[in-house]
Amino acid sequence: MQVTIRSLLTTCFVFSALLGAGAEATAATTPAQKEVESNPRGQILSLSCSSCHGTDGKSAGVIPSFYGKSPEYLETALKDFKTGKRYSTVMGRHAKGYTDEEIHLIAQYFGTVWQNNK
Amino acid sequence: MSHKISRRDFNKLLVTGVAGSALGIFGTIKPAFAAQKRVVIIGGGFGGASAAKYLRKLDPSIAVTLVEPKATFYTCPFSNWVLGGLRTMADIGQTYTALKSRHGVNVLVDSATGIDAAKATVTLKSGKVLHYDRLIVSPGIDFKWSAIEGYSEALSRTKMPHAYEAGSQTILLHKQLLAMKNGGRVIICPPGNPFRCPPGPYERASLIAHYLKAKKPKSKILILDAKEKFSKQGLFKKGWDTLYPGMIEWRSGPTGGKVTKVDAASMSVTTDFGVEKGDVINVIPPQQAGKIAFKAGLTDASGWCPVNPSTFESTIHPGIHVIGDACIAGAMPKSGFAASSQGKVAAASIIRLFQGKEPAPPSLVNTCYSLIGTDYGISVAGVYSLSPTGIIEVPGSGGLTPMDADADHLREEAMFAEGWYRNIAQDIWG
Ligand SMILES: Cc1cc2nc3c(=O)[nH]c(=O)nc-3n(C[C@H](O)[C@H](O)[C@H](O)COP(=O)(O)OP(=O)(O)OC[C@H]3O[C@@H](n4cnc5c(N)ncnc54)[C@H](O)[C@@H]3O)c2cc1C
Repeated sequence: MQVTIRSLLTTCFVFSALLGAGAEATAATTPAQKEVESNPRGQILSLSCSSCHGTDGKSAGVIPSFYGKSPEYLETALKDFKTGKRYSTVMGRHAKGYTDEEIHLIAQYFGTVWQNNK
Repeated sequence: MSHKISRRDFNKLLVTGVAGSALGIFGTIKPAFAAQKRVVIIGGGFGGASAAKYLRKLDPSIAVTLVEPKATFYTCPFSNWVLGGLRTMADIGQTYTALKSRHGVNVLVDSATGIDAAKATVTLKSGKVLHYDRLIVSPGIDFKWSAIEGYSEALSRTKMPHAYEAGSQTILLHKQLLAMKNGGRVIICPPGNPFRCPPGPYERASLIAHYLKAKKPKSKILILDAKEKFSKQGLFKKGWDTLYPGMIEWRSGPTGGKVTKVDAASMSVTTDFGVEKGDVINVIPPQQAGKIAFKAGLTDASGWCPVNPSTFESTIHPGIHVIGDACIAGAMPKSGFAASSQGKVAAASIIRLFQGKEPAPPSLVNTCYSLIGTDYGISVAGVYSLSPTGIIEVPGSGGLTPMDADADHLREEAMFAEGWYRNIAQDIWG
């Protein structure tokens, strides 16, 4: 399968457009699936974070946990790491890799994914 | 069944209308089980086990079979800590219990001996044949044994371990270090690029130095490198000068670092500049994709596997995804973190493809922590995305620990290294 950048970007755009029309509300079997279908780009952006912060942001060790935090809290924290307003040893280097829009999607993903585990 | 509607679902409900079928919101339609999708995964290391867990976590309707010959997987990450006496082998052993019991992965202790891409089947050593709708291959690396004259797999098992796959190799090198006399010489021979874990040999030198400084302080470490420069070079050299002054010498390829020949009888290695003798010799040979990737015809002339950078699907055999060290992933290094990140992207992509939808554009991450001393950690971080030329590092992101980082910063990174290991192990095998 050949996927061009243009088609990927278009697809992403079309997805968000479709989302508004509710076309993604297909037969979801699990909360996790619901999450994927409503914010697929947010999910792809977020999955790598758990390598340091733990699955769904639940950290076992010294690296901060963010499981259970709100989307608003996460968005502010990530933006502050990005601008350097909040001090970090490592996190600022990561936060600089995302646009504000991507940070918003990540915050939406982790800010809601834990609610499905309730 | 709970009928509580979340804000997100509520919004969806508002915009769905009659045509959009509100049924899905209450989860009353289940996919037909006759059409249950099957994913087979070869290799239960960083890439494969991540893909297995996340496929099941994100879509439990998929049947996932993981094939891995080892009942306990010893991680290369933190194996240098074992060499430095900071961890035991038990600390770095991961098992498949949680993948089986918690995540419902069908784990087979077996190995793949053949892949038939046309029939979409995998044959195992036991004789079993597995059918798949999509296959993920994450076999790690194989060594080019003949690249250095005199070196062989047999020699790696006796006198000159590579310790670049963790397990018995780690134990052997550790034993040799423990048996070495005070005043002995350790030689480490890293390969040229590309290879697994670019900072690995230099973290190894650091943690061996940590052990020697405490127990055998008259000893020396000589790094004979095939390369002209190496990962986090400035940071490593600064750390060595601070913690182990005079103990570690590094020679680049053009200045007599490239090893062309080894001799076990005299415990020596030969470079363009002459012969060097060592009491412990750690040869890390050049590498290529794991054997099964070659056998299945997934590799190109480089010895690694070309893939679609969006889904990690092989550009040679559709339906087969190659992740981890074995694949060609543009700017990403060959690391456990990268392999796991790729495993998750492949899992999410496969789920979308099964649903007949276009996969979301990928986003990938890597962080490699290296420990130089117990309170001295450094890192390289990177965020990666897709560009017309493949996977690139997002401009302006990532980078190294600053050269002028103070002691508090370095201590925090050392603590984060430890935190990272706990969390990634849990995120993959837990
Ligand atoms: C000394 C050292 C230190 C390192 N430190 C770090 C670190 O701090 N951070 C980091 O991110 N990375 C680190 N790495 C790199 C990391 O170990 C690798 O990049 C990572 O293991 C790659 O994952 P993978 O899934 O491609 O391969 P692996 O993790 O090696 O897994 C491959 C698996 O496939 C199995 N397999 C192979 N062939 C078959 C077959 N035919 N059938 C079934 N199963 C098969 C193997 O048994 C193996 O378990 C380090 C490496 C070394 C050597």
